[in-house]
Amino acid sequence: MTNLSPPPTVNSLAKGLTSLSLGIGVLMALFIIAKTSSAPMAFHGYIMILAFALGIFAVIKFGNPDNGRIAAEKSPAGVFYNDGVIKAGAIAAVFWGVIGFLVGDIIAWQLAFPALNFDLEWTNFGRLRPLHTSAVVFAFGGNVLIATSFYVVQRTSKARLAGEIAPWFVFWGYQLFIVLAATGYVLGITQGKEYAEPEWYVDIWLTIVWVAYLLVFLITLRRRQEPHIFVANWFYLAFIATVAVLHLVNNMSIPISFVEPKSYSLFAGVQGALTQWWYGHNAVGFFLTAGFLGIMYYFVPKRAERPIYSYRLSIIHFWSLIFLYIWAGPHHLHYTALPDWAQTLGMTFSIILWMPSWGGMINGLMTLSGAWDKLRTDPVLKMMVVSLAFYGMSTFEGPLMSIKAVNGLSHYTDWTVGHVHSGALGWVAYISFGALYCLFPWLWKRKGLYSLKLVNMHFWISTIGIVLYICSMWVSGIMEGLMWRSYDALGFLEYSFVETVAAKFIPNIIRAVGGLMFVIGSLIMAYNLWRTVRGEGDAVPETSETPEISETAPKTVPAE
Amino acid sequence: MSNEPEYDEITDTYTTGHEWDGVKELDTPMPRWWLWTLYATIIWAVGYWIAMPTWPLISDYSKGVLGYSQRDVVAAQLNEAKEARKVYSEKLLSADLATIENSQDLLEFSMASGKAVFGDNCAGCHGSGASGAKGYPNLNDDDWLWGGSLDEIHETITVGIRGVHEDTRLSDMPAFLTDEFLDEGQIKDVAAYVIALSDKSVTPPAGSSEIYQENCAACHGEDATGNKDFGAPNLADSIWLFGADQQTLISTISYSRKGVMPSWAGRLDPATIKALAVYVHTLGGGE
Repeated sequence: MTNLSPPPTVNSLAKGLTSLSLGIGVLMALFIIAKTSSAPMAFHGYIMILAFALGIFAVIKFGNPDNGRIAAEKSPAGVFYNDGVIKAGAIAAVFWGVIGFLVGDIIAWQLAFPALNFDLEWTNFGRLRPLHTSAVVFAFGGNVLIATSFYVVQRTSKARLAGEIAPWFVFWGYQLFIVLAATGYVLGITQGKEYAEPEWYVDIWLTIVWVAYLLVFLITLRRRQEPHIFVANWFYLAFIATVAVLHLVNNMSIPISFVEPKSYSLFAGVQGALTQWWYGHNAVGFFLTAGFLGIMYYFVPKRAERPIYSYRLSIIHFWSLIFLYIWAGPHHLHYTALPDWAQTLGMTFSIILWMPSWGGMINGLMTLSGAWDKLRTDPVLKMMVVSLAFYGMSTFEGPLMSIKAVNGLSHYTDWTVGHVHSGALGWVAYISFGALYCLFPWLWKRKGLYSLKLVNMHFWISTIGIVLYICSMWVSGIMEGLMWRSYDALGFLEYSFVETVAAKFIPNIIRAVGGLMFVIGSLIMAYNLWRTVRGEGDAVPETSETPEISETAPKTVPAE
Repeated sequence: MSNEPEYDEITDTYTTGHEWDGVKELDTPMPRWWLWTLYATIIWAVGYWIAMPTWPLISDYSKGVLGYSQRDVVAAQLNEAKEARKVYSEKLLSADLATIENSQDLLEFSMASGKAVFGDNCAGCHGSGASGAKGYPNLNDDDWLWGGSLDEIHETITVGIRGVHEDTRLSDMPAFLTDEFLDEGQIKDVAAYVIALSDKSVTPPAGSSEIYQENCAACHGEDATGNKDFGAPNLADSIWLFGADQQTLISTISYSRKGVMPSWAGRLDPATIKALAVYVHTLGGGE
């Protein structure tokens, strides 16, 4: 038995310092409640007090009161992996996913039938739309990334997650960020930056959480028992580090007061627009692409039980991807006040980005060489393969749409919405579903999922939903773009704006139906995973191979 | 943990010898088509950089050999469109409205221009078919608040109603309840009187005629047919801007209504406003 990993303990100094910091948080929240003139901000103050107080309570109760030991099982690799926080992340991902998809479908129906906003300020499109985008990208996607990155970095480094309180702080701190952001949108708090709507105080909180995430990940990597860093971890690290930089720069602002939910951005005019889209595009590039490629690089070879296709391709496409993505943001601002030269750079780097993006698809798909027959029997693998196909399609469509002549037609239309969703539903959500279908049986030690039939049903209903969604948005987007640019013989616009809106009625309904199918699919998944946790159906509990529980096995403690 | 490359039979390739949690990597070379396509996009981009504005310099940027400028292109295109329409827009400016409506080609031009301008500026309130909505007049009928002649329509569009123009059209019906001209009972009576004007099945309450004559007739007229000089609506017809049911009328009389239409002078150029006036005039109800 190697001394790879001593049984985990938590020391009382860490507990004390964490409680003290959370206590200071309570005082700051009390100050906000006492001084603010904004009812929603006061409400956020109460949420923070509740969260911090529960945090203090949990920290004090954390670990064995006598020796600080934390219950953990030793894995066959000889490491006490921290799986509790991953279980929490996986459950949270399913929970937020269902909510995020549902809100998205509600606003899709609102576009066809505006009366569905019920004339209430809290449920109008303008407030629910950021709720949808943040819920799916940050709440669903973010929890999938936290859970899978914590899983993958431990397994591929043969090291327990760094810190005992810190990973839990990352998880619960991130949930607090989600709740503050989401309730803020509904109550009308926003700084009006797309995908970065939360106001300054929520941004500061996320910064603290994210730095903790980065440190946990980095220190775990440093403690690795493998000579090389696994490819998935390059992608996860690029995601965590770059998102930190993007978040910090784009949210630089001056609050009007330390107790009011309103701030002014440091950037104005075209500089503000460029900063916003540098952020916005790289949120796609590093959050929704690099992070999820990390998932792909571990879960696809693991599920297919085949080696990764090409190590060399993974190196070249990783470095070219992260180098090129960061330049591509200006393609969101073609034909605006943005200077010509910036538009040229945004467009050309987007075109060069095509092959580096496809490198990930090739490496994923070709990993299945020798395992293609598994698609017949394993709907989870099927989901992951289809996600790679959608990834390939939308990373071809993206460079295409960045060409100025194409963008002149596609920009501001539903084509953009369809493009985003082929990536979001087809790629991001599907690779996540694949990972979740793997993780639940692994984490809860089940021999399989409750029902592969239900996975198959989930696969088909949501795939048809995605196809309906994308096709209707292509039709309505291209129609809308063509209508906007139609002139009559005398040089006047052929259609008024409202006519183009009316023309989208049927595609809007088809899109909402497709979205509904996707929501239903996610509910099927949630049900299946719940039954898996309960150990029903095919989810037979694995017989325990007499795991060593650290609290009862103090003799494995190395003498230090 | 082996560091020796292993042979993989299925792909006829060796692994790199690395292994993490059971995951290995093949040492397959990068696909050639992938690599060559990557090179091709880079070469294309370099060509594009030479041709087009690309690199930021200290106080300027590289202009590219084609000398492209988005601003110049837009200015040229706008100028071109202006030139193409010049023959018409100049005639439109100099001709009076009646002449425009009677001239075949000027009318055609005005209809095309008016339709496009109406759709993007007026349809939001008046509807894309100009049939109006609650509080926004129908422009297809012959019932006009401020007059339906060409000149009157032109004037209304130019100055707006309760707009920012210094000569904007302005009418000011009192809020009879909040301004304490009438009590609730009197308002109910006079509302019934107004309903009876167009609905012969209703008998006006006793004394309501006197309330009407004392409070309303000055603007709406003794016979209640309205007065376009004040923008006072005709109450004797069956056309209603906000609705003719008792509740709506009581609300209108009690609190007044003050709809707003923007002043379009300064937002649209004079030739366009003329074309728009002609377009609206021809919709069906022009006087």
